[in-house]
Formats: sequence, C-alpha cells, structure tokens
Amino acid sequence: MRFLQCNTPFATFAVLAVVTQLVLRAAGMEYCLTQLTMALYYALVVLGLCLVTGHAGQVSLGHAAFFAIGGYTSAFLTTHDFGPLPEPAWATGLKQARVLIEHSDLYGGTALSVSPWAAVVVALLLTFVVAHLIGYPALRLKGHYLAMATLGFGLIVSKIVVGTAQLGASDGITGVPEWPLGFGLTVSGRRTLRVENYYIACGLLLLTLVLLRNLIRSRVGRALQAIHDRETAANAMGINTAAYKLGAFVLSALLAALAGVFFTHYTGSISPSEAGALKSVRYLALAAAGGMASLWGVTAMSVILNYLSLRGFFGSYDNAVFGAILILIISLAPEGPLKPLGQWLRHGLNRNHHPRDETTGAPPGASDGAPRIH
Amino acid sequence: MENGSMALQYLLSGITKGSIYAVVAIGFNLIYSATGVLNFAQGEFVMLGGMVAIMLAQLGLPLVVAVGAAVIVVSAVGCLLEITFFRKLRHHSILHMIIITIGLSIVIQEIALHIWDEKVRSLPYFTGNEVSSLKFFGAAISPQVLWVLGAIAVSVVLLHIFLRYTLQGRAMRACASNPEAAMLAGINIPNMRTLSFGLSAALGGLAGCVISPITMTHYEMGAPLAIKGFAAAILGGLGNPMGGVIGGLTVGILEAFAVSRLPAAFNDVAAFVVLLLVLFVRPHGLLGRPGGEAVREH
Amino acid sequence: MAFLEVENVRRSFGGLVALDRVSFTVCRGQIKGLIGPNGAGKTTLFNMVSGLLAPEVGQIRFKDRTITGLKPFQIARLGISRTFQNPSLFLRMTVLENVMVGRHLRSRASFLSSSLRLPGQVREEQHIRAEAWRHLEPLGLAALADRPAGSLAFGQRRMVELARALATEPELLLLDEPASGLNTREKADLNQVIRRIRASGVTLLLVEHDMALVMDLADDIVVLHNGTPIAHGPPATIQNDPNVIQVYLGGEPDGIPPAGELNLKWTRPR
Ligand SMILES: Nc1ncnc2c1ncn2[C@@H]1O[C@H](COP(=O)(O)OP(=O)(O)OP(=O)(O)O)[C@@H](O)[C@H]1O
Ligand SMILES: [Mg+2]
Repeated sequence: MRFLQCNTPFATFAVLAVVTQLVLRAAGMEYCLTQLTMALYYALVVLGLCLVTGHAGQVSLGHAAFFAIGGYTSAFLTTHDFGPLPEPAWATGLKQARVLIEHSDLYGGTALSVSPWAAVVVALLLTFVVAHLIGYPALRLKGHYLAMATLGFGLIVSKIVVGTAQLGASDGITGVPEWPLGFGLTVSGRRTLRVENYYIACGLLLLTLVLLRNLIRSRVGRALQAIHDRETAANAMGINTAAYKLGAFVLSALLAALAGVFFTHYTGSISPSEAGALKSVRYLALAAAGGMASLWGVTAMSVILNYLSLRGFFGSYDNAVFGAILILIISLAPEGPLKPLGQWLRHGLNRNHHPRDETTGAPPGASDGAPRIH
Repeated sequence: MENGSMALQYLLSGITKGSIYAVVAIGFNLIYSATGVLNFAQGEFVMLGGMVAIMLAQLGLPLVVAVGAAVIVVSAVGCLLEITFFRKLRHHSILHMIIITIGLSIVIQEIALHIWDEKVRSLPYFTGNEVSSLKFFGAAISPQVLWVLGAIAVSVVLLHIFLRYTLQGRAMRACASNPEAAMLAGINIPNMRTLSFGLSAALGGLAGCVISPITMTHYEMGAPLAIKGFAAAILGGLGNPMGGVIGGLTVGILEAFAVSRLPAAFNDVAAFVVLLLVLFVRPHGLLGRPGGEAVREH
Repeated sequence: MAFLEVENVRRSFGGLVALDRVSFTVCRGQIKGLIGPNGAGKTTLFNMVSGLLAPEVGQIRFKDRTITGLKPFQIARLGISRTFQNPSLFLRMTVLENVMVGRHLRSRASFLSSSLRLPGQVREEQHIRAEAWRHLEPLGLAALADRPAGSLAFGQRRMVELARALATEPELLLLDEPASGLNTREKADLNQVIRRIRASGVTLLLVEHDMALVMDLADDIVVLHNGTPIAHGPPATIQNDPNVIQVYLGGEPDGIPPAGELNLKWTRPR
C-alpha cells in the first residue's frame, strides 16, 4: 500500500507517456514525438536545477554551459578525424577496444573518430572536472554574487564555443553519429527509430526522477534542504555545507551534460545557441515556473513549455511569450502554478481524512525559495 | 612612441565602453540599494533611450529635444515598471526577482523588435561626423567620445550630489540601509523606490542616446550591456553607486585590451575571467564589504 | 583536566570590541552559567565556541584539542552542539525532519547510496527516524512531529531546537537563552529537561537572562560585562558579588543594596 502510494506518480508518468504515444499514432501525428523527445531531454537539465536551486537553494545561471560541454565534447570526439594515427601498440589497442572507430566521412573518405560510448564517458568526466573547478569557488558566494559567477561561467563557455573553429564556430557541429546504447537500442534521429527514441528519453527521465526522489527523501536531501533554509544552523548541526552544495551542483551539472549528450546524438548536431545565456535563463525560468522544488511540477512545466516552444507554437513571439509566462507565474503564483492547483485538489480529496491545512501556515519569511536579502 | 599611442587608443576606447558599463552599473546599484532588486532589464533602458531618440529625430525633432524627450520617456517606463511589477512583490526572494527582471528584459526586447524591427540604427553624430577626429597625444578620438564621457561624467556627478547632499537623495539611501527606520522618519518608501527606478532608467536612456552614434542601436543590445553592467556593479561592490564607476571602467578597459591581444571572438572572455577571479578571491567585489548579517542574528 | 577551555579570547566587529581577554574553563558534567547584560558578548562567545566566528586572539580547547580555526560542522562532529538565541529551525521542514537533521553527523549515507536506496541506506534511514522520535518524545513534541517547523509557536520552536541539538548526542551542549519567550509553566518544564540532560552525562554551557533559572541550575557562573569576565564562581558567591550587583542594578559602587534584597530578585518565586 505504502509502496503504491509512493510510486503512483511514476506509474502515472509511465502510463501518460504510453498514452501520449498511442494517441499521437492514432491521430497520425507521430512526427510530434521528435520535439517531445527533445523536450524530455531538456527536462533533465531543469530537474538538475530543481535539485541545486530548489532544494539546496543555490542559484545557477550557467547550466546551459554544462549541457553544451556534454554535447560538444561528445559531438567533437565522434566527428573529428583523429587519423591517420601512428601505428604503435596503444593506437591499435584503442582501435581493438573500439574506443576509436573508422567511419566514412562527409566526402566519402574514411575518418577515425572516437566511438560514442567512449565519447560520452569523456564528456561526463570533463563535466565532472569543470563542475568541480567552477563550483568549488563559486558556491562560497551567495545570492546575486553566485548568480553572477555562474552567469559569467556560462558566458565564457558560450564565447569559447562560438570562437573555436574546431567546434564549428557559429555553425556548431553537425553529422554527429548515432549512439548504439546496447540491448538493441540506438539513440538516433532516424525516422524509423522515432518511437524507440521517444521511449529511451522517457525511460531516462523516469530513471532520473526516481533517483532524485530517493535522494531528496534521504539524509542527503534533508541536508540540502537544511542548507537552503538556514545555512549556518545546518553547518552547526554537523553538515559539511560546502561539500553538500558542491555535490548537488556537480550532480546537476552531470545531469545537464547527460542531457546534452543524448540530445546531440539524437538530433545529430549541436549549435552554439545551446550554450547561450538565454538558454540558462530559460532552464532556471522553467524550474521556477514548475515550483522549483517540486520534481513533478518542474518536469511537467519544462516538458510542456519546451515542447510548445520547439513546435514553434509561439511563432515569432517565442521569447516574448516565454518572458511573459515567467513574469505572470512568478508574480501570481511564486510557488509555481501547480502547487496551488495540487493543494486545491488534495484538499478536495482528503477533506474527510486528515485536515492538515495548517501545513501551509508557514510565516511569510519562510515560504518561498532561495536566499533572501533584506 | 607608436606603441604608446596604440595603448592610449585602447585605453580611450576602454574608457568609452567602460563609461557605458558604469552607467548601467550605477543604474543597478541605485535600484538595488533602494529596493533590493537587481534589475536585469537595466540594459533595455539603454536600448530604449537610443530607439526613442532615433524615432523622434527621424520625425524631424531637433536632436536636443529628441534626446531630452527620450530620457523622459524611458524614465517614465522605469517608473511604470516599478509600479506595476515591483510594488507588490517586495517580499519575494532574490531568485524570483532575478527571474522577473529577466522576463521583463526579454519582453521589452521583443516589443522593441516588433516596433522597430531588427535594423541597426543610429542617431547622427552630435557634432561632426564619423570621420572627424581629434588628435590626443597621438591617439585619434571621435568628438562623440567626448560627448559620451562628458554626458556621463556630468550625470554621475549630479547623481552623486543628489545622493549625498539633498534630502531626497539621502532618504533614498536610508531606504536601502534601514527601511524601518526610514519609514519611521516619515520617508515615503514606495515613492523612493519608484524614484530610484525612474532615475536609473533616465540615466540608462541618456547613455543610450549618447552612444548611439558610436555603437549603433539595436533591439538586442540591452542584454549584453546588462550583463557587463552587472559584472561592473559586482566588481565595484553591490549597492555602492560610485563603486559602479570603477567597476565599469575596469571591465571596459579590460575588454579594450583583450581586443588587442585575443581573437575577436574571445572579446568578452577576458572580462568575465577576471570577474570570476575577482569574485573568487574577494567574494564581495573589489570595493564591497561583506555584510556581517550572516552570523549577526544568533 | 578541563573539558572546555576558553583562553584569552578576543573578538571585535569593526571598531567595537565585543569580547576581550575572556578565559574560563568548563569541567565535564557541569552546568556552567554564562550571564551578563545585553550586548555583553555572550552570543559572540557561543559563536566562537561553535566555530561560526573565529577569535582574533586566543584559543579554545575542547577535550585538550584546539578547536579554534575548525569549521562549525567539524566542531559539531567533535561533540559540541548548540541552540540559537533566535530559534533557527529549518522552517520548510517538518518537526521530525528537523530533528532527523540532528542525526546527520551520526549517519553516513552518501549521494550515491541515497539515490539508489541501497539496503544499508534504507536501514540507516529507519534508524535515523527512530532516533529522532526517541529525542522528540521526552520533550513532548510527538504530537507536533508532522507539522512544518514554520507553523510552530515560539516556545515550541525552542523545544524542537533543543531536540535537534540533543539528537546529535553532544558531549557539550550550548544553550543560548533557552528560557526567553517561554511562559512560567514552560520554564518549569525546561528546568526539568535541563536537569535530565545533565543527568544523562551531557555538560552544559547556559546563557540565560532568567536569574532564577540560572541560579537554580548552574554549578558555576561566569559574568560577562562589556566583553570581559567580571566575576566567576558558584551562584551564591555571584549573587553577592559587588561588581555583579553594580553591573546589574547600575547602582553606585557605594550604594550597593544589601545582599538580601538582591536575593529576592534572584531567587525563584515559589
Ligand atoms: N556579526 C556582528 N557584527 C557586528 N557586531 C556584532 C555582531 N555580533 C555581535 N555584535 C556586537 O557585539 C556585541 C556583543 O553582542 P552579543 O550578541 O554577543 O551580546 P549578548 O551578550 O549575546 O547580548 P544579548 O543578551 O542581547 O543576547 C554587541 O554590541 C553586538 O552589537
Ligand atoms: Mg545573545
């Protein structure tokens, strides 16, 4: 019973995912799955922010950079021609281990590039290192200073990406190969694999949700929340606040990089706009719109809004609509529009069970996210 | 000698850019210290100033009138933003404020795009034209640069006098450092907050006019300016209006010299790398002082 | 050997010297009272012992180990826990969760084991929960366990904070004005609770403005005034110390009221 209660949201998510696919197939609109898949990958980034900002209370305006680091590393390694290599033993060894693989390049010649799996591993390792290098000093900063530091980091990465010829400068990298995951699954944008890839993305998101839910409801999750609520008290209770903030930051950076990797292999390309500050802002905005700390709210908001935006639903007003949504949501329902809705629903359902209305009676200072100044 | 005059040239261009960043930074600080909001839409004021003045000048108004009117219009926009969006939201967290102002910035940009399309425009040179230049120790400067520096210097000095020596100005600073005491002293805090938005918008608008001949005006110019201005404000220590001047000049000069050393695409990288380093070494900026409130309460 | 030794500590804020030349020791098993007028520097001293502030001069030793320069979480791990003058609960968490945070330093689950819910982590989590309950119940907080801390009354917050501090199983507990804001009943309960804590072997350092309570509980008292200790000794001595009387009553040195009168003020009305 308890197990069911804890896991209904996940089951609902799975059912919803399947129903969506079936409905789209019935309606002959399966092409929509492409953008939906991309939106699901973006949601991973936002979920990472949900952890670091919503739970640990540390603002990041630089997560697009991690997405880009993941995507670009993988794209570069799998498309760049490293051959012809010298013939010493290590080179053949790499080939035999299928770390380096030969494939035909754009012009019909053969090129020697890194295999997707190896590239992904390198991408995640690189992200891990960069996230530590940036997170370690940046997370000592608070409030606006932290926002500025992460924003600055994001800008540096985005300028480097645009300015480096090997990374395709303003065109980005195209022709990224598909990624055979194993078990007969392949991350690829091929039409015939559309449904398969939709389910890969759903599976990845579901897995992330489960892991994050576990994390949030654990000793670690409580430590992060304690840091968010009152950092000094958390420290005085024996929590190594610096280490926990860094841990959450690195984890969310890895999630963003993972999303970037999948996204890049799925769409076969990555462009510098993925590294832009506007993207970082968008991720944070989506997290805020979803209620910041609520995994489900954040997932729903980012999948829906990103999907609409990717479908070109807002036309040339895409950014404007996005900005307007931000303003409206934050001014009218700072905890996210889903929270009041959920409360209202729960209130209706549970009226007879246990009247726990006072659970919302936190004093004004306690109720909303993030560090405050005055 | 040749080297020296090149360096001077870079320095001058750095100071010109830097003075714009300084204006944006001062705008940030003014609003921040009166309301606690960091207004990321600050760069849009600069863009709006340029755009409105250009539109009015094209309608045939004399330049002075166009600029004056633009400053007033932008200032009104600033006040309006405060009244519609920030009055009610005073008790929100930093994060929410950041997001709202970013949202505003995006929306203003899009509105500008739809009013003025994506063409790059500019005001005419205030005196002379794009080829006229003055010699200054071997470096060539456009007279417009003098306009920029002059206009900004005068407004910064006026602002300083206002904050330091007038009742209103001091009241505005009091709002920031101690809202309750300010309220008890009979200061109308909401008005002060509106005023701070109006003032910093006017300042941004003016900057937008004077730089328009040099850097051109474009609907997307606001966001990068806001980011540089933010960096400048942080370097100078948040909430310290005149710290913004030093921060702005630092960022501008760094950028100008980076242009001479690094490939063009990496222009901004140097400035941000320095910003990160400064923040990591001095978490409250070059001139900022740590607020002791962290441990204070217990 | 002394349990906690504060040696010649000094700390200032800007120009203001909050503490200067403060030395005293606390023995194991004692309740040490720390009193002094507002602004005397009591909280500042607590902040230094718990590592939130560093002394400019001087040293603090705990069980013969120098703890100056350690981070608060390291000091907490050595067995020093505290409460705050303004209760500092994690307001968005429930009462139970707040106390569970107190178990943080007695547990080990990592990012990895927590997200995977490895068997060890699940067991540990159950243990944390049980221990948290064990610390809630004696303070009469069981009924509040699921309430968000933000919705509690002031006195309840103090109790939860105490439970959270006890959940760390400290050897030394610092209480900063635990009775302020409590009504008479709650104060009497607090008195009992502190006695029980001491009986369980915990050493206490107690800052308190309620003289009746300190005089009743403390074995030994340090009086701070303007950042320096002006008297030190058992309650009976302190009550009759002319310096202390002068500081507290602001009277002229030669206009000291007879000790008996003062005792009235300082003894618990029964
Ligand atoms: N973080 C800080 N920054 C600046 N001044 C401080 C800070 N903390 C304490 N002070 C000052 O140091 C002095 C001692 O303060 P402290 O809080 O230690 O006194 P206290 O004895 O706890 O007083 P109370 O009984 O009112 O709690 C006071 O003058 C206070 O204003
Ligand atoms: Mg105190």
